[in-house]
Amino acid sequence: MAEPALHIDGLTKQFGGLPAIADVSLDIMPGERHLLLGPNGAGKTTLFNLICGDLTPTGGSIRLFGSELVGLPPRKRTGFGLARTYQILTLFPHETLCRNVMLALNGLRRDKWRAWSPFGADASLRAEALAILDRVKLADLADRPVSQTAYGDRRRLEIAMALALAPRVLLLDEPLAGLSRDERVMVQDLLANLPEEMTVVLIEHDMDVALAFAERITLLHHGRVVTTGSRADIAADPRTREVYLGA
Amino acid sequence: MSARALPFAVALAAMAMVPLFSTSPFYVNLTSQVTIAAIGALGLNVLVGHAGLNSLGFAVFPGLAAYLVAWLSTVGGIDPVFAALVALGGTLAVAALFALVALRTTGLGFVMITMALCQIVWGAAYRWTSVTGGDNGLSGVPRPGGAWLPLEKPEYFLWLCLAVLALALVQLGRFFDSPLGVALRGTRDQPRRMGAVGYDVWRIRFVAWMLAAAWGAAAGLLYAWYHQFVSPHMMAVTASAEVLLMVVAGGAGTLAGPLIGAALVVLLKNLASIWIDRWVMLLGFTFVVIVLLMPDGIVPGFNRLTASLKRLRPGPAPKLVPRERADG
Repeated sequence: MAEPALHIDGLTKQFGGLPAIADVSLDIMPGERHLLLGPNGAGKTTLFNLICGDLTPTGGSIRLFGSELVGLPPRKRTGFGLARTYQILTLFPHETLCRNVMLALNGLRRDKWRAWSPFGADASLRAEALAILDRVKLADLADRPVSQTAYGDRRRLEIAMALALAPRVLLLDEPLAGLSRDERVMVQDLLANLPEEMTVVLIEHDMDVALAFAERITLLHHGRVVTTGSRADIAADPRTREVYLGA
Repeated sequence: MSARALPFAVALAAMAMVPLFSTSPFYVNLTSQVTIAAIGALGLNVLVGHAGLNSLGFAVFPGLAAYLVAWLSTVGGIDPVFAALVALGGTLAVAALFALVALRTTGLGFVMITMALCQIVWGAAYRWTSVTGGDNGLSGVPRPGGAWLPLEKPEYFLWLCLAVLALALVQLGRFFDSPLGVALRGTRDQPRRMGAVGYDVWRIRFVAWMLAAAWGAAAGLLYAWYHQFVSPHMMAVTASAEVLLMVVAGGAGTLAGPLIGAALVVLLKNLASIWIDRWVMLLGFTFVVIVLLMPDGIVPGFNRLTASLKRLRPGPAPKLVPRERADG
């Protein structure tokens, strides 16, 4: 069997006495489209925060293509090819969309330490940023400050910031939250056109989009994995209904 | 020269010409004081305006540099220029150590820890009488220069201060526009995202801290040479608060703000005290008015004012162009 892109083993996170994530083990293969499912408070975003390093686990291991991530700061994990989006928009409101993406592009480069030449002077960096904005259909708003854009545009910029890192594993935390019908279609197209070799883990409550996108699904409840399987397995599993409807 | 640099060049040139128009050294010296305060305020602005780290102990950097240069060039008997270089290096070394403590925190914790660090050095200056002279301070600090550069003359000293201020403006102006400057504001607005896209937030803040310390030290050296005397009062909490007031009143995060704030505080302090005994009250009132009318400071407030005036002014009348005749 090939090495998994993301290998999570016995992961636990306690907040005081409360286990937010309890003994979660999960293997996600390269190029897989994986959906995390579960009611509010199931621990989906906490799991993302543990993978990215915003939170330190109480126990367990997280491996990205075989490299242990636990103990590394978030910026080092990014260097291994990990990127994420946030459920709550985390953008630079005073900068233009283009400069937001340029800032993300610079994150893994030595140029970020330059302190004398102007930030905007690098034409190739700008061209790269425009190409990424074009992928999320925002190229025409490139020079507008984030504070003057609509919510739907910001959601797509959130994805563009992660794509700028050319990740091998991309974690998307509710990329469709709060979007209009047209915007949803746009983001859905965007997700469908992500490079095949990119591994994508998705948290999403829009079931139509999520089920159409994901090949494999993990059902979380109270911080534990209830079941993992293919789309059909999970849909047929009576526990899915139980968790969601409390029946 | 870019259009943005022009107002700064004009302001600095005007300040450099004060000795040509004033026969008394009073106004020349006053201009020097404004200039020295502006250099310090520019340093603090790196932290307050661009890193989002509010320090209430900034006076420790000018204080350390001033004490070091004073001690080395009086008790130590070292040449003032060499003493200044050692003082600058010493201040940066201490600043690097302080960074290990201060940069563990942000927000209110940072305010308190910077104040505490400054108090430690103030306490040493105040109590370690055998070395620092205690409350009496160290006097007779020699200015550098010689026959070729008579810095003991007020106008020459002013020109030295203005040269340092010009250097600070160019260096900081370029820094704020550079990739690192943009990244620094990124750590102010979204530190979590900055880490997630690969930036080392701590190291970026460390660079900002050291840059602030360097310009603070430069201001401290000029301060020691200007007064030819140092005392613990320059590291009192009120001294740190005064620099913070300059930055906030002028407009944190702007390049011109600290200059205008420094001019406002120094001029009020020196001119108003001639006519009014209770000039501190006047200073207080002035800040209340600024906070009420322009909560972001004078420079952003003024920019907003001109922008809204532009909107009020009617645009050029639409040109009357004869419509093409459809039947033509």
